[in-house]
Amino acid sequence: MTEEYDDIILADLSDEELIEQMYDDLYDGLADEVAEGTQILLDRGWEAKRILDEVLVAGMTIVGVDFRDGILFVPEVLMAANSMKAGMELLRPILADTGAKPIGKMVIGTVKGDIHDIGKNLVGMMMEGAGFEVVDLGINVEAETFAAALIEHRPDILGMSALLTTTMPYMQVVIDTLTERGLRDDFTVLVGGAPLNEEFSQAIGADAYCRDAAVAVETARRFVEGTA
Amino acid sequence: MATGRVMVIACGAIAREVLRIRDMNGWDHVEVQCLPAGLHNTPQAIPKAVSDKIEQVRNQADTLFVAYADCGTAGALDRVLEPLNIERLPGAHCYEFFAGSEAFGDLTDEQPGSFYLTDFLVRHFERLVIQGLGLDRHPELAGQYFGNYRRVVHLAQDGSRSLRRQAAGHAKRLGLDFDYRQFGDGPLAAALTPVLENAGPATDNGPSASLEKTP
Repeated sequence: MTEEYDDIILADLSDEELIEQMYDDLYDGLADEVAEGTQILLDRGWEAKRILDEVLVAGMTIVGVDFRDGILFVPEVLMAANSMKAGMELLRPILADTGAKPIGKMVIGTVKGDIHDIGKNLVGMMMEGAGFEVVDLGINVEAETFAAALIEHRPDILGMSALLTTTMPYMQVVIDTLTERGLRDDFTVLVGGAPLNEEFSQAIGADAYCRDAAVAVETARRFVEGTA
Repeated sequence: MATGRVMVIACGAIAREVLRIRDMNGWDHVEVQCLPAGLHNTPQAIPKAVSDKIEQVRNQADTLFVAYADCGTAGALDRVLEPLNIERLPGAHCYEFFAGSEAFGDLTDEQPGSFYLTDFLVRHFERLVIQGLGLDRHPELAGQYFGNYRRVVHLAQDGSRSLRRQAAGHAKRLGLDFDYRQFGDGPLAAALTPVLENAGPATDNGPSASLEKTP
């Protein structure tokens, strides 16, 4: 037996229904629908910041929780993230025009020898969604490049990512480089990546280990607010 | 070193090689039980699966050995094994113990953007890589997964030309260069031998294992 579903016309939904539907669409990785819903809310006079906070970030938080609990896996999270990105692309120029001050700044990169960036990109996107300015140095980043970027951008947070046990020790090299130059105490250093754990973070002298993007955002927020 | 009957709890993805090494060396005192190879894609589930298996088989052998590396568990597997004084394979993952740490280090230094396939992953590429990464459902994610990779490296164990051809086809499908390195079972055997050889009851023939017997 097959069931028939009527196509949902997003523009016909009330705000409340539309938000619920957008949570579902984001969860299901439907980028076109999320972008359409974002535009509808903008057309209805919603502020970009409110859409970002109450719809996109809130929807992605649901995805993050289900990923942490083993209900969703990486492909689904990537599809959801791509959907959030589709909505954010509509909001970014509007947010820039409002001149709203970022709540903090982060320089982020995957350390030397490592080319994995899925987690790092997810953290960058969620940080941006939370109101941080993000400077992404990309992959395979050397200590010198991190140090130069910190001097140039003067962020609140340095985020380093590694997926390999062979590359995660390089985080220590970066921190040692910052220490040698008297820069270490100027920044909060957050580290993340599949093979890392809290013990490793402490051993290399980072300020915190973040097991996923949501934790990274909350940790960064606590450090910039001075509540860490 | 282990003594008496030995139970090896192995990742299903290396079962063929572990059994081959055992049989080649005549380690009759070694029994191998495997966990599902699909755990390769969900490393966070490995520690509990190993722990449950240990609980299940601990009375069936004098010594237990776990044929997993860290395998992406971020030390969680060691936190299961260390209190029980159970050893595991050295290194970070199967690529490392199939190639040997030094050779694997050279490979990653040579090209950090290397995507590694073992014989098992070549055989089960569709299920563990394509389906495991959701590329069957979302082929548009391929760029996000593989955009930074430059080559596929087949870390070959049995050296069959058929597998080599399949691996080359997988590389082509991913749009990556292909590199082939034949390691055989030597590095894995070298890791297993110190803990498994001589572990059985003493016989008139003395130690039954030797690396030379492994392919």
